[in-house]
Amino acid sequence: MDSFTVLNHSSILAWITFIPLIGMAAVLCVPRTNMSVIKGITYVATFVPLVLATVVYFGYDTNFQGYQYAQEVPWIKLGSFEVFWRVGIDGLSLPLVWLTTILLLVAVPASESVPRLSKAYYALLLLLEVGILGVFISLDYFLFYVFWEVMLLPMYFLIGIWGGPQREYAAIKFFLYTLAGSVLMLVALVAMYLDQGTFSIPQMMAIGKAGGWTGPSLLGMTFTTWVFWFLFIAFAIKIPSFPFHTWLPDAHVQAPTPISVILAGILLKLGGYGLIRACFPIVPHAFTDFAFALGVLGVISIVYGAYVALGQSDFKRMVAYSSVSHMGFVLLGMAALTEFGMKGAALQMFNHGTSSAACFLVVGVIYDRAHHRDLNAFGGVAQPMPRYWALSTVAFFASLGLPGMAGFVSEALTLVGSFQSADTRFQILVLISCLGVVLTAAYILWALQRVFLGPLNEKYKDYKDITGREIFSLAPLLFLCIFLGIFPFYLLDWMDIGVKDLMSILLLGK
Amino acid sequence: MPDTSHLFTSLPTWQWQLLLAVPLIPLVGYVIQIFWGKHLPRQGDWLLTAGMGVVMCITVYMFFIARGHSSGEGYFIAESLRDGFGWDWLHRARPQAEGLSLPTGLMYDGLGAAMLAVVGVVSFFVHLFSTGYMKGDRRYHIFFANISLFTFAMLGLVLSDNILFLFIFWELMGLMSYLLIGHFSQDPTSHRIRQAAAACKKAFMTTRVGDTCLLFGMAMFYFLLPEHFNELVEQGKIHADKIGGTFNFTLLWQRASMVVEANGGAYPIWMTTAGLFIFGGTVGKSAQFPLHIWLPDAMEGPTPVSAMIHAATMVAAGVFLLGRTFPLMSPTVLAVVAAVGGFTALFAATIGCTVFDIKGVLAYSTISQLGFMVASIGCGALGLVAGLFHMVTHAFFKSCLFLSAGSVIHGCHHEQDMRKMGGLRKKMPITFACMLICSLSISGMPLFAGFYSKDRIIAAAFGGLSLNFNGGTFAATVFLPLAACLTTFYMFRLIFMTFFGEPRDHHVDEHAHESPWNMTVAISVLATLGLFGGYFWLMHPTSPLGAHGTWFTEMVDWRTMYPGVDLTRTNLAGMAASVPHAAAHGGSALHEAGAAAEHLAHFYHGFNPHVTAMIASLAVLLIGIALAVQMYLRRKWNPAKVTGALGEGYVWVANKYYIDEAVQATVIRGTIGLAAIQRWIDENIVDGLVLTVGRIGKALGFFSAWFDKHVVDGLVNLVGGLTQAFGSIARLFQSGRIQQYVSFAVAGGILVAAFHLLT
Repeated sequence: MDSFTVLNHSSILAWITFIPLIGMAAVLCVPRTNMSVIKGITYVATFVPLVLATVVYFGYDTNFQGYQYAQEVPWIKLGSFEVFWRVGIDGLSLPLVWLTTILLLVAVPASESVPRLSKAYYALLLLLEVGILGVFISLDYFLFYVFWEVMLLPMYFLIGIWGGPQREYAAIKFFLYTLAGSVLMLVALVAMYLDQGTFSIPQMMAIGKAGGWTGPSLLGMTFTTWVFWFLFIAFAIKIPSFPFHTWLPDAHVQAPTPISVILAGILLKLGGYGLIRACFPIVPHAFTDFAFALGVLGVISIVYGAYVALGQSDFKRMVAYSSVSHMGFVLLGMAALTEFGMKGAALQMFNHGTSSAACFLVVGVIYDRAHHRDLNAFGGVAQPMPRYWALSTVAFFASLGLPGMAGFVSEALTLVGSFQSADTRFQILVLISCLGVVLTAAYILWALQRVFLGPLNEKYKDYKDITGREIFSLAPLLFLCIFLGIFPFYLLDWMDIGVKDLMSILLLGK
Repeated sequence: MPDTSHLFTSLPTWQWQLLLAVPLIPLVGYVIQIFWGKHLPRQGDWLLTAGMGVVMCITVYMFFIARGHSSGEGYFIAESLRDGFGWDWLHRARPQAEGLSLPTGLMYDGLGAAMLAVVGVVSFFVHLFSTGYMKGDRRYHIFFANISLFTFAMLGLVLSDNILFLFIFWELMGLMSYLLIGHFSQDPTSHRIRQAAAACKKAFMTTRVGDTCLLFGMAMFYFLLPEHFNELVEQGKIHADKIGGTFNFTLLWQRASMVVEANGGAYPIWMTTAGLFIFGGTVGKSAQFPLHIWLPDAMEGPTPVSAMIHAATMVAAGVFLLGRTFPLMSPTVLAVVAAVGGFTALFAATIGCTVFDIKGVLAYSTISQLGFMVASIGCGALGLVAGLFHMVTHAFFKSCLFLSAGSVIHGCHHEQDMRKMGGLRKKMPITFACMLICSLSISGMPLFAGFYSKDRIIAAAFGGLSLNFNGGTFAATVFLPLAACLTTFYMFRLIFMTFFGEPRDHHVDEHAHESPWNMTVAISVLATLGLFGGYFWLMHPTSPLGAHGTWFTEMVDWRTMYPGVDLTRTNLAGMAASVPHAAAHGGSALHEAGAAAEHLAHFYHGFNPHVTAMIASLAVLLIGIALAVQMYLRRKWNPAKVTGALGEGYVWVANKYYIDEAVQATVIRGTIGLAAIQRWIDENIVDGLVLTVGRIGKALGFFSAWFDKHVVDGLVNLVGGLTQAFGSIARLFQSGRIQQYVSFAVAGGILVAAFHLLT
């Protein structure tokens, strides 16, 4: 265990990751007619990781610089080719691990409304959780890549089998697009391994910090530049950043509600997390060279995403594009290369995870009743469904970044942090992204008006208000949106050391 | 950095706790109300109203505490963080963490005390009024919950000690304003359900534009101020330690003024830019031109909401913000502030003269009055105090006017068109009396509250002009008296059309009745404040600066509002080149400021703007009333003929200068058009590229399949076929017959022999 600083060793991360896998095995053993047992197992297999993750969260030492709850066990050994089960968490990954466990638990009751629900659905859902959690805890690039691919497959089937009318198209688009990114990642990974002979992410960071990559230049670009762009594109597809975002709306619109929740809530965060864990600190010099370009991409995502969202007439598509816009803040904040910006970006990932997931749940509620999502065909839904209106208001205003709610803290930190950037051109970027802030209010309020307010469309007058099950899914997310808006230090304190550590690597590259 | 801690007052912990309770009571009330309100007796209105009663008592009590601390000589400003009462918003478990931290606490000073008491009093009476006015509403308990949360936000805003928290509450008020304007947008019995839905969105969107400006301005101050400051420290122009960014008001004031002083009184350009961005927040929230368009539409909300949010409190928050950020404003910014405010005051007043909706008149009147306050602050330090005082008096009389209008509307069965009213004074005597008092007050009738504040504002404008002639002070000087004249005219037009003359609509008149006690009590108390509220101001109208022993000027004095800041060296010095610094160095800042102010007062005596202002304001008052009497009471001049004579100009004004239409045609259509274009680009170009790549891949796949089948496999087949063909030929020779093999051998032998023989 000499490759990286570790506070304590524990197998708890392995348990968190593989309990869903055990659950999946159990689900597969139950006869497919016995749905209640299957659901029960799924609840247990998603609830236990949440409990364990919460234990880890509050047991985490926020003053320690390095990784915690780590584990390192040799996995594959072929001569000098060594792959480890090397896991551990720090302030950057821990909040996302926790977010994953909560969102997967939320997705289970939300799955009730999925048509053609079957045993395989729950099994795949649990497998998906394994893949996602694995990515977040991996400190070995090979392991990281394996989990990255593990996650891809269940998602493909979950969209492709249980999705909307055009599910096959959307699923294939999602799969191929992400796979294209994975291939780039694999190429970079192999190149780096051949260069320095290690898969250990902490070691790679150390090499990057010392400028130790010695690979050859190619076509006038240095080795690290190639590696940087390959990795960046791989993760930018996932974020998704303009112009790699078009798989997202299709995947969202076709995916069933709980899958949209997971897609927006966590899968997009894998992109942002990948950047700060497995791209920027590994090739910090290349990153700082291109930071402004990344900031520009972020701002384009913010403003362009908001404009396109404003132009949508499909409720879910609008929320999907709002994700593009909101995730642009993540890229902008990271590119600014300031502590504020980086913290804002890290916080934005978590907060977008809760608020966008809540928005998709809200859309799912009305879709289950109306079986369409045409914004222009609704009207006055607040009258038969007052509680639904109240909860939707919270969800959408959280997404809008209303001060007092979580999204504001992260957006404000990002904007303020970008303003502070040593590169003064970022001040212009912040000014432009302010336009995105206004447009966000525009599309959200316009959507709320068209769906909920005004005269009631007679078709909807008998709609049942939001049910207990739906509230059960929505309530924890809305609670987090408000709670973290008032007490942001419950995340920021945890992220503090991790971000500072990261910044020390990135700024050395300057 | 000079030590200014001795300028701060320390409050005991129990007082801080009391102040903290002020916003928390309505917050707790909200939580109870939203979850259980429907099941409480009377849907919980008594609970929230009683809670607000407690809040009112605390705020008034604390007002007197603050009053006790203000002697007219020293400073009164207290920060809870200095008394160990506060928290760090961004850090808790790691207080030692550097960089990202935001210590947050309460701030209580004279301005805060006055504003807090105003909000507490007005909120309580609006709650009380609502228990009558909103009776029978379908979403009664939600209404109370929302208005309670709004009160929480407003009280929190007043108590915030840093601009970020001010902004948080600011936006939260925006949300509550959105929900309350849209109150009827979910009520199927309302006939204006569609308009309410549009109005609430418009209000939030328009203010959001200003809010984003404010956020950007805050970010500029947070980062550029320390950058500039530290630069000056390095150059040795400021003798202090290097600093980090801050949102804290007192630190911002001190550091900004140190930077300005180190620059020799000149404001750096970035500070002007940042100041303009911050003023953008005021323009949005306080409905100044050109972002005023949301406020008239906001009248779709229930009348108590209009009284509280859109007259007394939330819209005044923009003015409050100017008061809180005044030392950050460069003279250029102030000139813009004065120009925008002055223009808005006159512009809105002209529209107010043409509106027939009783609430519409009051809405434009509010915009106009906010313009007065803003313009006044733009005219410099004296105007600042006058503008803030107008904010207080306006809160009383305008909330009373709105509630009285609500009482009229309630009595007339939700009729809002003044053309259908008339002669109501006999049927609604209390309402009439209250409305008359407050109309006189807003018109600036001597001895009424509005007189003191409005007269001050006009004096400040005249004084500002004489000290420093610029576009802003000129606009204020020209526009404000005209606007004051129109104010009187439209208010008396309202009074005469509503309460005098003969009933114009039989149906309305038949239903008209006085409102129940809870409504009349509320308007009576507010009318009393609208009458006597002016006595918080000084009683010596001839000495503009030297007055002592009065309430407001001692609590809110530009010399002592900003500890450690000498406005004569920054804002005021920039505006009055003729005012030398009283004492070059040494002596307390207050003393210096006081001396400079004395000098200023002396300067004033040469041309006493106050006397001129009083003459002017009385003159415009009389003209306004006379016009209204002629047109609407005695009906000597037929209004229809007058408007006809005004021709196109009248049409232009009556259509609100077509600004809504212009915004609709440009900003809104432009945005939606851009959105549609970008959607098209996204679907056809960005995604088109992706699909093209996909299609190319697919085509390559098909081509490969074809190639594989026909070329690659064809080659294989060819090889196979050739082999086979060769085999079939060779097979002919493999007959198995010995004779044939022998004959081949012989033939071969002959061939070989022949070859040898021939060569």
